[in-house]
Amino acid sequence: MNEPAIRDIWVYLSASPLLGLTITLLAYGLAYRLYLKSNSSPLVNPVVTSVAMLIAVLMMTGTSYSEYFEGGQFVHFLLGPATVALAVPLYEQFSRLRQLWLPVTVSLVCGVVIAAGSSIGLAWLLGGSTEIQMSLAPKSATAPVAMGISETIGGIPSLTAVLVVATGIVGAVLGTKLFEWMRITDDSVKGIAMGVAAHGIGTARAFQVSSQMGAFSGLAMALSAFATALIVPWLVDLIGI
Amino acid sequence: MNFLNGMTLLLVYQLVGEVTVRLLAVPIPGPVLGMVMLFLTLMIRGRTPEPVENASTALLSHLSLLFVPAGVGMMAHFDRIADEWLPITLALFFSTIITMVATAGIMQLTTRWFARPEQGGGQADE
Repeated sequence: MNEPAIRDIWVYLSASPLLGLTITLLAYGLAYRLYLKSNSSPLVNPVVTSVAMLIAVLMMTGTSYSEYFEGGQFVHFLLGPATVALAVPLYEQFSRLRQLWLPVTVSLVCGVVIAAGSSIGLAWLLGGSTEIQMSLAPKSATAPVAMGISETIGGIPSLTAVLVVATGIVGAVLGTKLFEWMRITDDSVKGIAMGVAAHGIGTARAFQVSSQMGAFSGLAMALSAFATALIVPWLVDLIGI
Repeated sequence: MNFLNGMTLLLVYQLVGEVTVRLLAVPIPGPVLGMVMLFLTLMIRGRTPEPVENASTALLSHLSLLFVPAGVGMMAHFDRIADEWLPITLALFFSTIITMVATAGIMQLTTRWFARPEQGGGQADE
């Protein structure tokens, strides 16, 4: 093929969402296969590998994030309906939740306050700007919720999205080790902690441990999304930033 | 058709959530309100309709994938992250661990204090 033809094709592809969407799905498919090959080792988290692959490809081809996001937005958009869809596991686990409603409510409220308080506090201690503190505050909630909160409290929503993903990865990679170290065997306890601290990425990991842990993690993620939306703006007001 | 109906319903709840949040100026993100309304609907109906079940399972079983484009957004913030890498990485890392350990500890203690001593199976006596 001659040079101009290749350039024409590239001009077409970089202007159309087709390429961004396709490479997102391809990268994830590949990352997921690697993950299965590694015997589901949490260190080979599919989000980490696919994000790394995509950034490498975009940088090598000189494609900007906004050009990529033309296609990536179709996948990103689904986070909204996925948040609504959390009502289903929530409803299906409701009888178990009702039994444990008091411990779950107490842990959830404490967890949400600790997540926001510790990230604001640590970032402040380490000399982070107010913008960074506010972008970090809702990081344990699921992406669309965290981005919405970040915007209302004066953070940078798109940076929050990145921090949310990084938080989920830290939680998913270290969570099971931490629980082992704490000698926690109850799947409902592990699930709640995973969902509160590490939202959807942690929940995906929890489902690999057991369906009970996954269900509780999904439940904690749904409830903490709601609790974070209510508590964090109020907490920020209270601290007076 | 089944999956399409379920997906449509999820989008309708999200849409109603977004519109309501804006009309009433409440500080809750639209999808969260949509989730609450769908949960209440399921409680009232007493079961999950199959299309909703299918669409929800499909979306939630690939939840990790949905975070990928946001993660790639890191490249748009390289400068910002490079400027304040220390507070960002340390605060994020330790705050996540603190949250995980504290929540697990509190949940374990409160379960012992408040819940009836039936563990493991999670069977309700009803």
